[in-house]
Amino acid sequence: MTTTTPVIDVQGVSFAFGPVEPVLRDVSFAVERGDFASIIGPNGGGKTTLVKLILGLLSPQSGRIRVFGQSPEKARPRIGAMPQHAVTDAHFPIRVIDVVLMGCLRPGRNLGPFSSADHDAASEAIVRVGIEGLEHHAYSTLSGGQRQRVLLARAIAPKPELLLLDEPEAGLDRKVEQDFFDLLEELNQESTVVLVSHDLGFVASFVRTVICVHGTVDVHPTSHLDGSVINTLYGGDVHMVHHDRHL
Amino acid sequence: MQFAEAILHYDFLQHALLAGLLGGLAAGIVGTWVVVRRTSSIAGAVAHCVLAGLGLARWLQEVHGISWADPMLGATAAALVAAALIARASHNQSEREDTVIAAIWAVGMAIGLLFIASTPGYTEDLMSYLFGNILLVRTADLWMMALLDVAVLAIAVSLHGEIQALCFDEAFARMRGLPVGRLSLLLHTVTALAVVLLVSIVGIVLVIALLTLPAAVAGRFANTLGRTMVLAVILSVFFTTVGLGMSYTYDLPAGATTIVLAGVVYLGVRVFWRGR
Repeated sequence: MTTTTPVIDVQGVSFAFGPVEPVLRDVSFAVERGDFASIIGPNGGGKTTLVKLILGLLSPQSGRIRVFGQSPEKARPRIGAMPQHAVTDAHFPIRVIDVVLMGCLRPGRNLGPFSSADHDAASEAIVRVGIEGLEHHAYSTLSGGQRQRVLLARAIAPKPELLLLDEPEAGLDRKVEQDFFDLLEELNQESTVVLVSHDLGFVASFVRTVICVHGTVDVHPTSHLDGSVINTLYGGDVHMVHHDRHL
Repeated sequence: MQFAEAILHYDFLQHALLAGLLGGLAAGIVGTWVVVRRTSSIAGAVAHCVLAGLGLARWLQEVHGISWADPMLGATAAALVAAALIARASHNQSEREDTVIAAIWAVGMAIGLLFIASTPGYTEDLMSYLFGNILLVRTADLWMMALLDVAVLAIAVSLHGEIQALCFDEAFARMRGLPVGRLSLLLHTVTALAVVLLVSIVGIVLVIALLTLPAAVAGRFANTLGRTMVLAVILSVFFTTVGLGMSYTYDLPAGATTIVLAGVVYLGVRVFWRGR
């Protein structure tokens, strides 16, 4: 065990939507500070549910989740989030800067316009993701790759210690995806990054830890990934896979 | 007599003009929320439920002699109940939201028709409920519109960032810990109140157009939510004022003239303006 508090600490968590087969069964794992982890698994395997539990948007029926040693609700302001399918109305009248400023919203914020500190944080985030100059462009006129960067800037604007991204690469072509992951690696210098992906092959070259979700959870260092892990996840066969921690 | 000259002479025209100005402000702002959140069918259902409230209040007054049952009070109560029912249904995702909306839309209307049929001598009111009569707007209605405008402006200014996030990306708003449920309910409530007051201008059937068309036109020109609202307010006021003028000049129903004008502008912009 490490001496520092893990960023995410999930212990014996089970979750079900109503009286049906639980989505997650007795899940335990920890993500350490500075890690670059990916949550992977088949559709319907509970990836997004796990994200919502970590954010405190859902409560587990049993078990315990701590984020930075706090309850998920308390820790939420320290998490920069990028939800799945974030793009809404294609014609929504909004500029890039307005989208990024949304990241500075929090409960208990002073009512009215954003503060100058919020504007500074938004500008900094825009520079960080390399979209400076687009601040006053309409979000609806941007390319898919530019939009993902805007949404990433929105997530990092409040200077989160944990970045939690739900399938940010969905709908991007490989080149744009590659650049996006390079950017995430850079951001990983300052904050812990956890990203949900359905594309194991691609994320494997970037991330250090893979959290496999398929009802239960296994954690693998990326170096130990092989065909049998993938088989366990996506195929029907469930075999014991060699990995150094089976939490 | 020219419209501009007639305005100076007739109180009812001044009231009508003021109603267009005050109503246009609420319509532009609330309508922008309705358009970007895609809740125009909710506004339509709420508008049709207003008839149930109007009918009930009239029935209580005329048949049972309950004098405090003002139609405006009934309309407001019915609109709020309808909005609350729809908000509940959309929260509880086991129901199909569009089915619930359609049911509330039609049942609210039907209840209103039954009350009107049971109230002797008031069938003629039906036309002005359905299609509005801006010339019958009372001073009390104007005060209520002014009050609503103040509330809508206060909400739009103080919660602009929060409401924008809710409309643009509800999942993200939740992740930031914003009170999404309460913000939604606030928007539903304000929309319901705006619908009630706009009904007196253009009527139950046409109110949905006054809410959505100005904001839809504005959204094609503006690149922020705030500018969309400002432009939608200007357009709403333009439509109600010019609509009133045309209806006076050519002796046409004011509500219908206003909406046809808005519809023509909307179509024209869609066809001839390629957008940003």
